Amino acid sequence: MAKNSTPATIKIKHRRTAGDWILDVLKIVILTFITVICVYPFWNIFIVSINDPTDAARGGLYLWPRIFSLDSYKEILGRATFRHSILVTVARTLIGTPLAVICTAMCAYSLARKDLVGHKFFSVLFVFTMYFGGGQVPYYMVLKNLGLLDNFMVFIFPLIMSVYNMILIRSYIEGMPAELFEATKIDGGNDLIVFFKIVIPLAKPILMTVALFVAIHHWNSWFDAYLYTSSNNLKVMQQILVEILNQYQTGATTANQISNQNSGVRLTPDSLRMSSTMIATIPIILVYPFIQKYFVKGIMLGAVKG
Amino acid sequence: MAKEPKTIAPKKKSVWNTIWHQRYLYILMIPALVWVILICYAPMTGLYMAFVNYKPTGEGYFKDLISAKFVGFDWFKYFLTHDFGKIMRNTLCTSGLTLLFSFPMPIILAILLNEVRNTHVKKFVQTASYLPYFISWVIAANIFMTFLSSTGLVNDLLKKMGVIEESILFFQKGPYFWWIIAFANTWKSMGYNAIIYLSTISGIDQQLYEAADVDGATRVQKIWYITLPSIKGTISILLILAIGGILTTGFEQQLLMGNNSILDYSDVLDTYAYRYGLGKGMYSYGTAVGMFKSVVSFILVMTANKITSKLNDSALF
Repeated sequence: MAKNSTPATIKIKHRRTAGDWILDVLKIVILTFITVICVYPFWNIFIVSINDPTDAARGGLYLWPRIFSLDSYKEILGRATFRHSILVTVARTLIGTPLAVICTAMCAYSLARKDLVGHKFFSVLFVFTMYFGGGQVPYYMVLKNLGLLDNFMVFIFPLIMSVYNMILIRSYIEGMPAELFEATKIDGGNDLIVFFKIVIPLAKPILMTVALFVAIHHWNSWFDAYLYTSSNNLKVMQQILVEILNQYQTGATTANQISNQNSGVRLTPDSLRMSSTMIATIPIILVYPFIQKYFVKGIMLGAVKG
Repeated sequence: MAKEPKTIAPKKKSVWNTIWHQRYLYILMIPALVWVILICYAPMTGLYMAFVNYKPTGEGYFKDLISAKFVGFDWFKYFLTHDFGKIMRNTLCTSGLTLLFSFPMPIILAILLNEVRNTHVKKFVQTASYLPYFISWVIAANIFMTFLSSTGLVNDLLKKMGVIEESILFFQKGPYFWWIIAFANTWKSMGYNAIIYLSTISGIDQQLYEAADVDGATRVQKIWYITLPSIKGTISILLILAIGGILTTGFEQQLLMGNNSILDYSDVLDTYAYRYGLGKGMYSYGTAVGMFKSVVSFILVMTANKITSKLNDSALF
């Protein structure tokens, strides 16, 4: 890269001005600062979570753990409620994501077809909801009437579609050559065949982007579970994190001596908070390579439209 | 050619013909239509709740709604004469401060990233910068409350640098909360928003820079006279859109990081509507506050859309 950049050869001709120096210093300082504030918090949580809890309570853990210990992980993963909440979160992510992608793509294809009778009407019908809604209370009442309260489907159904994602997929499909669809039709295929055999395979990059968005949304949600469910069986993982956070906030640190009865290891609320946070973060870090691959393109597509 | 008139006759039923031909397209839309009707439009009927005194009796939502006593604009009047000032101050202060940071930061980040010659470094910094976008607000709140606690890293650092002697209680002083939310919003969205600017910058014609090199322009001059003017359009569109969304300034972050001692500062329109509506069971009042926000936001966003489409001569949607 450096070799073929012409400015390098020209730069020799010009002396570095004061402005250039200031720019370089600013560049290094600001970019380092941004990188540190975006990455370091996670590193800090990580080292506290793998440090011995009692030792960590002394503070002063900045770069490396002092005494390695996985006790807080053992404790938090040993709790049946936490394990169950992971299961609920995984279930809603694995069931909700493919359903959302397919329903959104189906709608996107229909609306990408400008020749659809009623195209304008349907477009407005969907896009209007991006700007105006009924609000929280009426929404709650509707969910109640649909029998979705305290029902696993309350995690799935409201997220099977998203107008924003639909527009992303639609503009991708609109970019495909129309002859592709027509050729299949002449060969005797109908719109269903065109959609499943041609559109879906070709739209894979944008479908992956949308899948990623939806999956992360599912993984990170807690408020829907908090508001629309009360059963312990439907608690999601982030909700348990909220509970742990609230205990920390209200200073319920009389529980300073949460001890694991079996092993007698002493744990602190802080270490539990850190290890549970880490468990919720690790999957996000694991899908990061995919985020890299698909998501930048996805936003750029979105940027074109909005 | 000679049978021209014949083709006119079938055209009459051609709409139904086309619809029949397109039946699979409508079938593909069914799940989305069911969703948009039940999830988006059905709640809109509930806006009527804002004009009545809704009390659930267990008879069913629609029955309760129809039999509820009509009160006109009383709930709106109550809001405007009571908590309106405080809630609007909080909303506008939080979103104003957020705008102050979260708007220029992605531009600065994108321009500086563009100045990085080493591709690995560039990619690393960019990847790091949008990590916070993907984690939940629960984790973000956790991070902020840990680092800003009285024994947290920020207080530690400030003490070591000799800036302060006693720990600052960040979550106990009202106005601090606006700054914390503004910073948290910026932290979370900065890297994500920078991508839009980066893609605009990468679309700038490289010949402009080469010509500037020949003319002996410094890098600062190139940023000032080429890069910034080239992304001016994107900047103004995003700014107008951000102003259009000024009443939406977060919800989860306030609920998670706020506490009762600073409620007078942390409560914004969305959280207020939630606390009264679903929290305290004042359904009609909560709906009215929510509706006030929706309507004003709708007008703001539509105006923003109009202005940007004039600027850009291509409407957003």
